[in-house]
Amino acid sequence: MTAQDSITTPRKRKFKVPWAIVLPAIPLFLWLSLLIVFPHIRLAILSFLKRGQDIFFLDNFLNIFLGNYLAPFQDPDQLFSRVFFKTVLFSLVNTLLSLIVAYPIAFYLAKVLKGSRKFALLLLLILPYWVSELVRVYAWMNILRETGFLNYLLVNVLGIFDQPVEFLYNNTSLFVVFVYSSVLLMILPIYSSLEGLADEQIQAAEDLGAGPFATFRYVVFPISLPSVTYGCILVFMISAGNYLIPNLIGGKNTLWVTEMIYNRFIISTNWNLGSAYSLILLISTSIMIYLGLRLTGQSLRGVFSEQ
Amino acid sequence: MNNNHSTSNSTSTRSSQRNNGGITQAGIRRSRIGRRALWLLFGLYVVVFIIYLYAPLIVTGVLAFNNRDIPSFPWKGLTLDWFYNPNYGKVEVEDETEAAGQIGIGRAGGRVGVFNDQDLLGSIKNSFYVAIAVTALSLVVGTTTALLFERNRFKGDTLLYFAMLAPLVIPGVILGVSILAFGNSIVGPLRAIFGRETVKPIVSLLRPGLFIVVLGQFAWIATMATLIISARLRRFPMVQEDAAMDLGASRFKAITSITIPFLRPALISAGVVSFLLSFENFGTTLFLIGSDPTLPILFFSRLRFEITPQINAVSVVLILGTILLGMAALGLEQLRSSGRG
Repeated sequence: MTAQDSITTPRKRKFKVPWAIVLPAIPLFLWLSLLIVFPHIRLAILSFLKRGQDIFFLDNFLNIFLGNYLAPFQDPDQLFSRVFFKTVLFSLVNTLLSLIVAYPIAFYLAKVLKGSRKFALLLLLILPYWVSELVRVYAWMNILRETGFLNYLLVNVLGIFDQPVEFLYNNTSLFVVFVYSSVLLMILPIYSSLEGLADEQIQAAEDLGAGPFATFRYVVFPISLPSVTYGCILVFMISAGNYLIPNLIGGKNTLWVTEMIYNRFIISTNWNLGSAYSLILLISTSIMIYLGLRLTGQSLRGVFSEQ
Repeated sequence: MNNNHSTSNSTSTRSSQRNNGGITQAGIRRSRIGRRALWLLFGLYVVVFIIYLYAPLIVTGVLAFNNRDIPSFPWKGLTLDWFYNPNYGKVEVEDETEAAGQIGIGRAGGRVGVFNDQDLLGSIKNSFYVAIAVTALSLVVGTTTALLFERNRFKGDTLLYFAMLAPLVIPGVILGVSILAFGNSIVGPLRAIFGRETVKPIVSLLRPGLFIVVLGQFAWIATMATLIISARLRRFPMVQEDAAMDLGASRFKAITSITIPFLRPALISAGVVSFLLSFENFGTTLFLIGSDPTLPILFFSRLRFEITPQINAVSVVLILGTILLGMAALGLEQLRSSGRG
């Protein structure tokens, strides 16, 4: 369009300000620069500085920039590294569990149910996810607490146990609640990709002699792979960055990186170390996302635009 | 479910007739029985899953109405005290039927309902203000950003698009921390340049508090709004806007009178999503909140301190509120799409 303009009015001026780009770009730039880019640059600068100093420190060669990054790993009781690896490992386990739990539901929704039944189940699945995560996590405490519903059922109603048991504060309860809070993020993308799979394709595979497993392995699963990747990325992110669930449901030994960041920033103020923790978490989750994309041969844009 | 069996069976017979070879009648029957058993198993699994989804919410809901001073079973009858206690604060003689160890204030007067609790109501008000501000900002910026990416190709647009998606892959906690640190770091330079007294109002906004909470939540909710609005804008027939401009409307006029009404369903759903995400946000808010808490922050700090039946009542209010809002938005959309055919 601009080319045409310059042909018809060559003498006016060569360059015309593309207002359609510039105007909507202003709020975008303000948003991204002031709230995303600069804050993260500030976090990076803080993480390279020694506590209480606003200049770069030069203790020894290695510590020039990375003092705050090395300190947590040089710590004799290895608190940060243990917490960090636990966060990553548990988030991966939660991602896998959510995938296993979600897939049959998504398949049932997309390929077995039709019409109003499908709509009803979809609504049933989505409704609890509108509720605040805090309320959903708290609700599980009402079930699992020592004076909770499960103990009431087991001790007072069924009489299976003599004494109430504390079901909270262990890894099982942690994963029960983690999967609860993240499974829909897995179900919805997989469901929408399986919707695009024609029944005839499954039928064709079966007609050609494929068993259920082979049909799943070669026909159903490949179709859903981009959305499986998308779901896994979402669930991994949500788990690694979670604060509430490890704090309320996890035991004393389930410290999460986010809790350590909170402690460094709010309780025992060492913002420099806290910034280093934050960037370690951010970079490692980014690496996990990248690896996930590479492993499944996807691109971030492809995965996002699919949704 | 029956309905669907018959359809899947009929397709299998049809297709076996089509490529008549290799598949025996017995084989089809066997696969039919196998499939039925498989679907039954699937159905059972879905039922168990639904129980898993709803049990905690239902238990919490029931406990909110239980007439006990501790939030647990058994069921002792219905009470609305935990929502609103008309006798709140009145000193009474101890109730003999429920000697729950209340000293000083009688049982009925000691119960603090949600609507008796000024701190709680204040936090709900804060959450409302924050959510409305975040929603308004996100809708405006979401619309302009969607217009930018869907209408234009320019140098670096892919890079910028990725930058716009970035808030989705940054953990909310880190977003909060970074904005806290940045806000704090520009206080010094601002004072140095403009003088302590001149920047006082700006500095107070950069300190932890509701204003910076709005910015922190907006930083990632705007991405959600942009994605929702972009999805609909992609289906907008540009000819309509061109026609308006041919008839003499300016580009701005064409967008406000043709494009924005077209986007209305997306704006409504983006608005509802933004409002809910903001209202219930915890991770980002945790780092940016000052002395004036939002509802999730107050809820959390009370929960850490002591679990009371009042927390169950707050949960019920939240559950009903969010579900009603979501259903209303969904119903509105349904109404629109059915009206249009």
